[in-house]
Amino acid sequence: MSVPTDDELRATILDSLLSVAPDVDAATLDARREFRDQFDFDSMDYLSFATALHARLGVDVPEVDYPRLGTLEGCVRYVAAALRRGAAS
Amino acid sequence: MPSLGADMESAVVTEWMVKPGDKVKRGDVVAAVETAKGIIDIEIFEDGVIETLIARVGDCVPVGGLLASYSGSGKAVAGAPQAMPPARSSRPEAGARPTAPPATARPVDTGAPRQLASPAARKRAAELGIDLATLGPGHPSGAITLGDVERAAARGAAAGVPSTGPSAGPTDMRAIIAQAMSRAKREIPHYYLGTTIDMTRAVRFVAEWNAAHSVTERLLPGVLLIKAVALALEKVPELNGFWRDGRFEPSEAINVGAATRLRRGGLVAPALEAANGQPLPTLMRQLQAAVERARAGRLRQTELAGATITVSSLGEGGVETLYPIIHPPQVAIVGFGSVVVRPWCVGGAVAPASVVTATLAADHRVSDGHRGSQFLVEVDRLLQEPEKL
Repeated sequence: MSVPTDDELRATILDSLLSVAPDVDAATLDARREFRDQFDFDSMDYLSFATALHARLGVDVPEVDYPRLGTLEGCVRYVAAALRRGAAS
Repeated sequence: MPSLGADMESAVVTEWMVKPGDKVKRGDVVAAVETAKGIIDIEIFEDGVIETLIARVGDCVPVGGLLASYSGSGKAVAGAPQAMPPARSSRPEAGARPTAPPATARPVDTGAPRQLASPAARKRAAELGIDLATLGPGHPSGAITLGDVERAAARGAAAGVPSTGPSAGPTDMRAIIAQAMSRAKREIPHYYLGTTIDMTRAVRFVAEWNAAHSVTERLLPGVLLIKAVALALEKVPELNGFWRDGRFEPSEAINVGAATRLRRGGLVAPALEAANGQPLPTLMRQLQAAVERARAGRLRQTELAGATITVSSLGEGGVETLYPIIHPPQVAIVGFGSVVVRPWCVGGAVAPASVVTATLAADHRVSDGHRGSQFLVEVDRLLQEPEKL
């Protein structure tokens, strides 16, 4: 499976974010700010977000790595690396 | 129109999922109505065939007002009971009594394909009198966001488009919370108890479980708290049920409402049905789905109106103690502060431990402090054996 580009990943990740938090405003999202600070994300939101990423991208994020999913840019980097590892193995 | 909580007086019909002649089964979603707590899917409580749709999309219908008639039972879709009906206890005839004719509000939906939009966007657009269909897809997913609406409003204001101004009414959540809580404070003689519970084992259990399971099966400590409450209610049933018509109606089913904060403000407590009988992973998925639907503003009737007790849990990073207010007609509510690390005595020595403060507010017309205390002691005991939950 080919690894999607960062832009494709960003769109899919944003989509996953809105699927679990439909009450956030994507237009005002700051890609470098923590979801926790921007949208008052709680542990339930992070779990649901990780579940949505798993469903859409097949990436199973260990619980200890949740902090690395804190921002949109962090997610793109993390997921891209995980997919490259997956594609390489 | 069923009552979706003691605090609801009316709702606006936004969608019909059935038409005359359609066969329906108990539990089918037949319509959607808009309340302060979002769009709620209305379920039918008997098998039958739809005859006439009486309320039109856009109509504001009071509780007890007729929505539609159906045969099979010769009854009308209207007054489902406030509680999640244990089978056969529905009282459809209650809503069949004549009521004031539905006051007609301006149409909110024309039956055209529904434009995807966030609840916040939908609400703001309604307040501003903006038709979502005119905005076009804003976001890559096609859903219109609050930002799109605000920008359109700014453009509209510049172009001199009249705004209808904010509308109060059945969809004003803050007013409805105020009404329910004022009633609780006025009518319910609350008593309060609190205790600190050692969460070391529960926290460790969740961490070990999560390390060994895929993201789709992971747990949060909050789900253990809900399960412990549900199991403890089996031993103290006078905290589970409703106060109605001057007396306590105990509930056989233990449906725990999970208080859920909404980002647009306010909160709802979707019910987790028969929480005492669900394995933790099942209960966790149920909770996740309910929270997502609550935040999307799309709950089912049985979720919104079915809770027999409420649990309010602050989650991470909050304060230690909350003093909850009972949601009428329920007779108890359990609060959990954030799990914090504090000095704790174990076997004569002081060591750091993860602890949570559990509080109970209960109705003195039904129970007293001694029983409430036994309940919290049981919750504590259950949380010391998380693998048995």
